[in-house]
Amino acid sequence: MYIGRGRKRRATIAAFLAPTVVGFLLFSLIPIARSLYLSFTSWDILQPAEWVGLENYKVLLGSEEFWRVMRNTGEYIVLYVPLMLVSSLALAALLNRKFAGVDVYKVLFFLPVLTSWVAGSLIWRWILNHKYGLVNILLGHIGVAGPAWLDDKYWAMPGIVLASVWKDAGFFALIFLGALKGINHEYYEAAQIDGASPWNKFRHITLPLVSPTTFFVTITSIINSFQVFAQVQIMTYGGPAGATQVIMERIYKYAFQFFKMGYASALSWVLFVIILIITAIQWRLQKGWVFYDG
Amino acid sequence: MMARRAGAFRTALFYVTISLIALFMILPFLWMISTSLKESEAVMVLPVRWIPERISLKAYRDLFTISTVVPFHRATLNSLVVSVLTTLVNLASASMAAFALAKFDFRARDRVLFAFLATMMVPGAVTMIPNYLVLRTLRLTNTFTGLVLPSIYNAWALFLLRQNIMALPEPYFEAAIIDGATPFAVYRHVVLPLVKPILASLGVLTFMGTWNDYLWPLIMISDPEKMTLTLALGNLNSRWGQKWELLMAGNLISMLPIIVTYIFAQKYFESGISVGGLKS
Repeated sequence: MYIGRGRKRRATIAAFLAPTVVGFLLFSLIPIARSLYLSFTSWDILQPAEWVGLENYKVLLGSEEFWRVMRNTGEYIVLYVPLMLVSSLALAALLNRKFAGVDVYKVLFFLPVLTSWVAGSLIWRWILNHKYGLVNILLGHIGVAGPAWLDDKYWAMPGIVLASVWKDAGFFALIFLGALKGINHEYYEAAQIDGASPWNKFRHITLPLVSPTTFFVTITSIINSFQVFAQVQIMTYGGPAGATQVIMERIYKYAFQFFKMGYASALSWVLFVIILIITAIQWRLQKGWVFYDG
Repeated sequence: MMARRAGAFRTALFYVTISLIALFMILPFLWMISTSLKESEAVMVLPVRWIPERISLKAYRDLFTISTVVPFHRATLNSLVVSVLTTLVNLASASMAAFALAKFDFRARDRVLFAFLATMMVPGAVTMIPNYLVLRTLRLTNTFTGLVLPSIYNAWALFLLRQNIMALPEPYFEAAIIDGATPFAVYRHVVLPLVKPILASLGVLTFMGTWNDYLWPLIMISDPEKMTLTLALGNLNSRWGQKWELLMAGNLISMLPIIVTYIFAQKYFESGISVGGLKS
């Protein structure tokens, strides 16, 4: 575009870019550098920062806590991702029809997405109450004695997963719905003529054609799983006995409760590296795994 | 005749299935409302009564009056101010930069774009600690300014807007320039009106994200007078963790504004999700 010339033109460009560039320097570039530097120091706010080299990373990777946190996150992913994929795809399949009241159902499925993580977690802390919670009351009706959920170190993480699936299913359902709407109807009509059952149509047409979305949702939800925070903070505070400690919760507590800024920064860089690795795997797999409709 | 009956049966089966699933999704909310309307002695009582014997609004009154509780009218107002400001700052800053990067050629442009792109990979956990430290040095902790300020940089919104601005037809710009419009006038009267739908989607998404955010306000705000709703709820949870009727009443209050917004802007929420899906 040809507006102004020379100095005036440069001033114009600078003016439009100024807020973003200031923000970029102050809240992105400099912080990234500073965080990397801090991760090599022993800074705890009280004592001046002292360069300790790789000490924080050594302590971190050698600690039992870090590997417990990784196991906890692994458990979350293994339970959450399949449950969330199945339920969000099912919701999307139900909403991908024309029927009276479809918008009402959409709103109902979407309510948990609108709810904040704090509010959703509070509801589920109550719902998973050992004695008076809705889940165990309902289980009692079918003769099952429900576990103590959030107070039990084996059931706390599954409890958090239940809450998370409930909260996120509607969001990913809308993403799947977009993909389903994009499928060419002729495929289904051809299958209809061949007498395919609804299950076979789903299995051999829908599933392969939404596979790019499934792939994207899987990767996204794994990356998100490494950044779970509010659920844990509100529902279990990392307990019982550390059974639900996760990376973000550790970073928050090390930085803002124990003021170990150096150690917390090192943890945040480990998280960054994990996310980079997942993203790299995503780029590699994208080519082979996914079927694109030509 | 048979076929029609079979069709009706299938329709009924479909509605039963989808209604059961919907019921499962909203059961937690019904449970929340039911609990919030109970007197505290009636909360932990078996068997469960979904409709309380005596409907009580005491929990709601307490949220605004008990001195150890963060006052909820205050927290609601705070959340509103912070969310609106964050949304405006984010949209203004990102759209200005997007305009400059879409419509002006200059030598450093590609390098600037690359630098922005590179930082998008870095998770918030990395910048969170230094951002807090900078704002502490500037004495902006416990202020709304500090809470909002980091949103002047949003690479994701910037790229989305830039893409949309680049796709705008060139004649609009040529016409404005022939009429002698200044760059700001072009931005204000050509660009902004034309990208309104994407601004609306981004705005709704930012508003919702800020309204529901917990970690950043938790780090920045400790003064009860400045707490947002999520902080007030978190605070209630750690002080009155077993006062379920109080917690559930607070929950409902925190949800209402966002649900009202959703009902009026459903279209923008949905398009926001479809672009937002690309972000998270």
